[in-house]
Amino acid sequence: MGMTMTQKILAHHAGLDTVQAGQLILANLDLVLGNDITSPVAIKEFAKLGKDSVFDKNKITMVMDHFAPNKDIKAAQQCKMCRDFCIEKDIAHFYDVGKMGIEHALLPEKGLVTAGDVVIGADSHTCTYGALGAFSTGVGSTDMAFGMASGKAWFKVPSAIKINLTGSLRKYVSGKDVILTLIGKIGVDGALYKSLEFDGEGLKALSASDRLCISNMAIEAGAKNGIFAVDELTLEYLKNHGAGEPTVYKADDDAEYDEVIDINLSEIEPTVAFPHLPENARTFSNIDIIRINQAVIGSCTNGRLEDLIAAAEILKGRKCAENVRVIVIPATQQIYLDALRMGLIEIFIEAGAVVSTPTCGPCLGGYMGILAEGERAIATTNRNFVGRMGHTGSEVYLASPATAAASAVTGIITSPWEVMNYEV
Amino acid sequence: MKYEGKAIKYSDNVDTDVIIPARYLNTSEPEQLAAHCMEDLDKTFVSRVKRGDMIVAGQNFGCGSSREHAPIAIKASGISIVIAKSFARIFYRNAINIGLAIVECPEAAEDINEGDTIRADMDSGIIKNLTSGKEYKTQPFPEFIQNIIENGGLMNSAEKGIL
Repeated sequence: MGMTMTQKILAHHAGLDTVQAGQLILANLDLVLGNDITSPVAIKEFAKLGKDSVFDKNKITMVMDHFAPNKDIKAAQQCKMCRDFCIEKDIAHFYDVGKMGIEHALLPEKGLVTAGDVVIGADSHTCTYGALGAFSTGVGSTDMAFGMASGKAWFKVPSAIKINLTGSLRKYVSGKDVILTLIGKIGVDGALYKSLEFDGEGLKALSASDRLCISNMAIEAGAKNGIFAVDELTLEYLKNHGAGEPTVYKADDDAEYDEVIDINLSEIEPTVAFPHLPENARTFSNIDIIRINQAVIGSCTNGRLEDLIAAAEILKGRKCAENVRVIVIPATQQIYLDALRMGLIEIFIEAGAVVSTPTCGPCLGGYMGILAEGERAIATTNRNFVGRMGHTGSEVYLASPATAAASAVTGIITSPWEVMNYEV
Repeated sequence: MKYEGKAIKYSDNVDTDVIIPARYLNTSEPEQLAAHCMEDLDKTFVSRVKRGDMIVAGQNFGCGSSREHAPIAIKASGISIVIAKSFARIFYRNAINIGLAIVECPEAAEDINEGDTIRADMDSGIIKNLTSGKEYKTQPFPEFIQNIIENGGLMNSAEKGIL
């Protein structure tokens, strides 16, 4: 029986010829990631092992992004703990304020991940790098500590759901609409413990940003990882970002899947996930008038340059609606700089939006845009759980940058097709 | 390992944002986290939970973030074991790694009512509802996983030379 793409990567990293779904393996890691929230717990656990050094200082990265720049004294203490550890252990890839960005936008940009890698991160959205043909998955702080010490992690080999893509996206529709549609179809535990493997002739119509966004939210369907077949676009992206030599793994023709789901990209519409689960996906024929108080454009899901370009195209020459607070957060310093040079920041400010330094900030209710009781936000983030962006009586509606920008203009949840007079 | 306590019942998709809201993640101290455990789902949890009590929940328990603070908060609050129809995969891993007992048992999770007294014997995999008298059989963990849980998690086990 053949192997899936994920199984092939795991087998190779465990030194095995073949693996089967359900098998427990110990795999070698190419990169171990932590942030300012999860690393302090890992650092304390690491100390218990009494080891002086990490397994490889070049294969560990810490990114201060969740509550940085420090939102309060406790956050400052946590960042300091990470900083001190990275200095002491001579960690090569430590990203502090000024260099940092949101981890899952930053690592691909810095070329820290390449096709065929096995990556663990103490952050659930570590599955993002599947877009580049790597096996990457979120773990907890203890796994991070064990990984920093040994360069290894144990995994139960997952079975997979294959997503067969055809067609191409229409204007103002993006990767976010694709993944919200898929989660709406299979549910928040529809891929529990499994891989989502994306392939098919529709692949070529998806940009790197679209793919990164789709892989990023694989966890919102419960998946262990969300991985894309490697093509020319992947290889070009890796080359342009100075990533290491890629190893291309391809699923066997006779690989066994639990299920194959066909998605015709040409049929995808602007989609919004209603509170309080990402599976509550709706298209605009099923959306009534919903007034918003805030729009957030950013996060590891949708804070990339392409996302800001999509939002700016809609906000250019328009004004944010009265009483709607619009917060734009470029995901990395490089994206911020590119957006500045392209004139996007000017478009946002003239429209009445604020532009923040890179941070996860409001996505997880940290700071920089917390909601009061009874308030509603449309956000390009990844979760709309109870209290996720603030008060337990507030609501988050998940959408693409284009839909968030269109809604920012009208003050009600609005399709970008409507604002841009796009005829379907 | 055997546990006995009263059931505190929740439904499907209990996410890590309600188990321990992100606004409290500026610390990783177990006692401080426990003081806010389940706060955004059930404000009465912290005041009514007694050492040994069990959380009994529906599908996909612990979905969302990878924060290990979630099982840490539950464990520090005094909960002895979480019985659920299914667990989100990162939470499942984290619970074992920090030494919080968990078990998947859809039938027990469906039947057990709030306040029932439950005995869970993790060596044999038998869960008994002492209130209703009903018994459920689950697949016990392999010995090395049981050892990790009983010794307070992966690192404590490694430290003691058990792994």
